[in-house]
Amino acid sequence: MKAALEFQSIAQSFTTHNSNIQVLESVDLTIQEGEFVCLLGPSGCGKSTLLNAAAGFVTPTQGQVRFRDNLITGPSPERGMVFQEYALFPWMSVEDNVAFGLEARGESKDVIKPRVADLLAKLRLTEFATRWPRDLSGGMRQRVAIARVLALDPPCLLMDEPFGALDALTRRSLQDELLQLWSELGKTVLFVTHSIEEAILLADRIVVMTHRPGKIKKDCHVTLPRPRDPSDPAFNALKQEMGQLVMAEQHAFENAERLSFTAD
Amino acid sequence: MQWLRKIARGLAAPVLLLTVWQGVCAAGWVTPQALPSPYSVGCKWLEYLLPTQTYNPAAQSWWIWALSGELLQDAGGSLWRVVLGFLVGFVLALPLGLLMGANARLREFANPLIQVLRPIPPIAYIPLAILWFGLGNPPAVFLIALGAFFPVLMNTIAGVSQVDSIYLRAARNLGASHSRIFIKVILPAAMPFILSGVRIGIGTSFLVVIVAEMIAVNNGLGYRILEAREYFWTDKIIAGMFSIGLIGLAIDLGMDRLNKHLLRWHRGM
Repeated sequence: MKAALEFQSIAQSFTTHNSNIQVLESVDLTIQEGEFVCLLGPSGCGKSTLLNAAAGFVTPTQGQVRFRDNLITGPSPERGMVFQEYALFPWMSVEDNVAFGLEARGESKDVIKPRVADLLAKLRLTEFATRWPRDLSGGMRQRVAIARVLALDPPCLLMDEPFGALDALTRRSLQDELLQLWSELGKTVLFVTHSIEEAILLADRIVVMTHRPGKIKKDCHVTLPRPRDPSDPAFNALKQEMGQLVMAEQHAFENAERLSFTAD
Repeated sequence: MQWLRKIARGLAAPVLLLTVWQGVCAAGWVTPQALPSPYSVGCKWLEYLLPTQTYNPAAQSWWIWALSGELLQDAGGSLWRVVLGFLVGFVLALPLGLLMGANARLREFANPLIQVLRPIPPIAYIPLAILWFGLGNPPAVFLIALGAFFPVLMNTIAGVSQVDSIYLRAARNLGASHSRIFIKVILPAAMPFILSGVRIGIGTSFLVVIVAEMIAVNNGLGYRILEAREYFWTDKIIAGMFSIGLIGLAIDLGMDRLNKHLLRWHRGM
């Protein structure tokens, strides 16, 4: 196995008007090529910050992030980002959104057209090609956002709670579709979530993070065979075990929030 | 039937106003010099609109003759000044607004100056405009440009600086260059703000053109209204005012269509 994404002793702090907040502290994490890794933790554990560092949107205060041995210094289409808020360009039709990255890369129309049509078909969006994002449901919008990122065929996908804003049923079908795409395309996926069930359903490996400052609390491989069944007793046992780990951090988060509230 | 009812409902208030107005005049409560009846205003308006000379095919084409009425000449003059002045103001304000919106340091540098200049009404520049540009079209165009400049500038700055950063992150992640991000992301994202600045700017331009014509120019609707006052042609004053209202309405409808087209992707549209 080859390392795809490497976080090397990452620390991250932000300075606000009167305080210094330590968000991440000595995070070491290596993600192998083709691996599906979920980052799991309560709000404010720095999991999104870690993802943003991998995307190149923020530079860590300490340590470095490497992708295929190269130091990450900025955003790049080789690490495609999918946002919880979709971030589709509302002034572009669905097909123009999907074509955006290809046009930026300077591809010709003859390359773009079939590639876009192919992706729209793959994500069952063909009949929405000329619609505006505002006409689409949340699930459809996230499909467009995934197609937009896949258009550039990135070896790595970074997903920041991509299904967090969707209803339970839409979420399930998108999870299945994502697994389908993953097994078909063999991409490395780093997926942030706070849903324990989602993490167990999707991941090869779950990395649980602690409350601020975020550190890795547990890093475990999920050995349940795919496709996974949430009603399976082994699934539930793992869910319970993970639940205890995450809830301890959730309580730490709530206590910290209460403290900061009384301090104000 | 639905649209007929809608039109009837829309016409109710104007018809009511005209009826009361005509009644007041017919009852002799006001002198025609203070307030002529709507009927006589209407007659004057038609007279003002229609050509003064009879049609002579040998001298000119039918079109030129049909458009030779005083009102159309005046309206044409006013509109031309508005268009020219607005374009000058817009062409100066848009790039500056885009630059200032995108560059926080430039914004910090220029903002205090702009905040001091912005509240000065364009009309206050009239003495300076006449000193600098004399009489005629140049001072009028200068004043109108000034009136259009600030609304477009302020709205463009606000539009560009308020672009949601998630669009910028998404575009950078997809490999877009700075110039591509500017044209394909920042500009359309700021478009609702820019267009509302354009709308306010056109409104101000109209305000300014009438005043400028009253002072510095010898034709146009503003000039004609003031001229009519000198002769106590109250009916012509009101006919001129009514014409200004009609043109304003036409421009606003046009802007509305442009808005709906350019912002057809927008949620509220």
